[in-house]
Amino acid sequence: MPKLKSLEELQKLRQQLQGDIKARTETSTTITVGMGTCGIAAGAREVMHAILAELEARNIDAHVTTVGCIGMCSREPLVDIQQGGEPRVTYGDVTPAMVPRLIEEHLIQGNVVEEWVVGRVAG
Amino acid sequence: MAERYRADVLVSCLHDRTPDLIPALEAEVKRRGLEEEVRVVEAGCRGFCSMGPVLLIQPDGIFYIRVQPADVPELVEETLVKGRIVERLTYKEPTTHACIPHYGDIPFHAKQVRIVLRHCGLINPESVEEYIAVGGYQALGKVLGSMTPEEIIEEVKESGLRGRGGAGFSTGRKWEAGRKAEGEIKYMLVNGDEGDPNCFMDRALMEADPHSILEGLVIGAYAVGAHQGFIYIPYEHTRAVRSMRNAVEQAREYGLLGEDILGSGFDFDVELRLGAHSFVGGESTALMHAIEGKVSEPRPKHIHTTEKGLWGRPSCLNNVKTLNIVPEIINRGAEWFASIGTETSKGTQVFSLAGKVNNVGLAEVPMGITVRELVFDVGGGVPKGREFKAVQIGGPSGGCLPASLLDMPMDYETLAEAGSMMGTGGVIVWDDRTCVVDVARYFLDFLRDESCGKCTSCREGIRRMLEILTRITEGQGEMADLETLETLGRVVKSVSLCGLGKTAPNPVLSGLRYFRDEYVAHIVDHKCPAGVCKALIEYYVIEDLCIGCGLCRRKCPQEAISGEKKEPHVIDPALCIKCGVCFDVCKFDAVGVR
Repeated sequence: MPKLKSLEELQKLRQQLQGDIKARTETSTTITVGMGTCGIAAGAREVMHAILAELEARNIDAHVTTVGCIGMCSREPLVDIQQGGEPRVTYGDVTPAMVPRLIEEHLIQGNVVEEWVVGRVAG
Repeated sequence: MAERYRADVLVSCLHDRTPDLIPALEAEVKRRGLEEEVRVVEAGCRGFCSMGPVLLIQPDGIFYIRVQPADVPELVEETLVKGRIVERLTYKEPTTHACIPHYGDIPFHAKQVRIVLRHCGLINPESVEEYIAVGGYQALGKVLGSMTPEEIIEEVKESGLRGRGGAGFSTGRKWEAGRKAEGEIKYMLVNGDEGDPNCFMDRALMEADPHSILEGLVIGAYAVGAHQGFIYIPYEHTRAVRSMRNAVEQAREYGLLGEDILGSGFDFDVELRLGAHSFVGGESTALMHAIEGKVSEPRPKHIHTTEKGLWGRPSCLNNVKTLNIVPEIINRGAEWFASIGTETSKGTQVFSLAGKVNNVGLAEVPMGITVRELVFDVGGGVPKGREFKAVQIGGPSGGCLPASLLDMPMDYETLAEAGSMMGTGGVIVWDDRTCVVDVARYFLDFLRDESCGKCTSCREGIRRMLEILTRITEGQGEMADLETLETLGRVVKSVSLCGLGKTAPNPVLSGLRYFRDEYVAHIVDHKCPAGVCKALIEYYVIEDLCIGCGLCRRKCPQEAISGEKKEPHVIDPALCIKCGVCFDVCKFDAVGVR
């Protein structure tokens, strides 16, 4: 373990370590993955792993949670993104390959990827 | 590089009772293929002791109580795989039995303001990395990089922080005295010797968040100008010892202890000192004697320990909670801290709730909260619908407060005026089945054993008071005893050297002040109104209420109860040992005490 030589080094280390406890810190962004039997069968778990990897790689502040089936089984895997007081946006038929664009456009640029949206629920 | 998990399962209050829970959770998470997305973390005490072992699933805030290894497969399947709540494991509101699945909604938690316990149950105490991730050691970096020792002392003084060990002396002024004391070698000491029965906040803090104490310690050492520290912990607190020792080693590895801390040129290191656990051992001079390897007895303090303490050198002793608060004051400012609490008592106090209260555990609330809010809102009230009688605050040497003072704000001065004290924050709730004489006798029995015996007043005075109290509980008391108790109490308080003797008579004196009638009932009527003192009570069956179920007959260890099925039973006073089992088990309130 190299010794810390300054406050700057400590702060840098803190930033590196923060992702590790992300699930325990407050955030305004929640990504919800439908994890009913239908979701799992359609590949929701793989989608969620892709989301977790993308968030970590880009050091994005967001929680990822799972819910049971919400009824629209034909469009699973379903992924909801909710930010602050914005309406909850639901994307359908999500695949791991779609995840980078979803994160880039929705979370970073703030533009909803309309072509993949299947519904919205008021925040 | 850090890894990203979607959920952390924070497991608290395992100690050594449920060693299988974490392995069971880890195995099940792995079996379900969740090990890359869900992590099981052993976190420290969350303070909700009556509900343990407890489990908090973040980020959703789902809270499960009394979790056993057998619950694990269902819990993982439902909550972690499918995102559903397992109702049977959630906290139930004591009166309505409504499920409260989220931690933040539980009244015990919602009423608290957590400063001291800010990380307890939220981080893994064995990981310095997690402490750094939540902002740990930033305050240390700040003071070493940009503050002079005088500025730190000024900040701590302005915050109004008072030592959390019991006496409540201004921390800033203590540090100032330490700074000004002459001597090349100074010591910074940590008091982890918590002695009150029913109190466990210091131990819980050392176990759950050791680095916060170390951070405050190094800041204090820099302010005072000390380069060597000692942490005194009773060796019986094995988990606290392990936790602090591990934290010291980790801090050294990262250069947060030792030479040239964070490249500032400031050197400070610390050693653990383990000793036998005792009540008087927490007294400052007794503790310093113990660190020196001598008998743990107090000495007169004509010269303050900040000038001549450990090995005759300037020494600054602080309670673990005091040190743990300091980094927060540095990070958030003196003004923020001073805005919480009352005029004279700033910040929060950690209370250890025990006795006849639903939510036994640790609760941190702002200073100045009323007794009612603490006992009924945070504590959840008195179990089994019994009546609240009084509350004993400040441990065995504190005093009781009756129901008429329920709306009294709790701060250092108000409590002292009412004949009680803040002490370390021990709170024992009494219901109508608690006898004031019996409790005073119990505490004096404890204090007689714990008195070091150096001062005659304390050694002999407590013993004589205990003899009188025992006599009263046996129905042999006289009215003149009450005056003798009061006189003895005053003498012990005024003549004894240290805090033990100075406060030991409090349970008796406050009892006489608020519940004199009950003492008189014992002496004159030979009755114990609470039905506790065995020599003065008799259990009997109330014929009208007894349906003859036979439960008391089967439970009686003395076979003192007889009766036919569906006919009222009878207790034979000659055989009865007054254990009270019949009273406790009867579902029809058909057993009376007289």
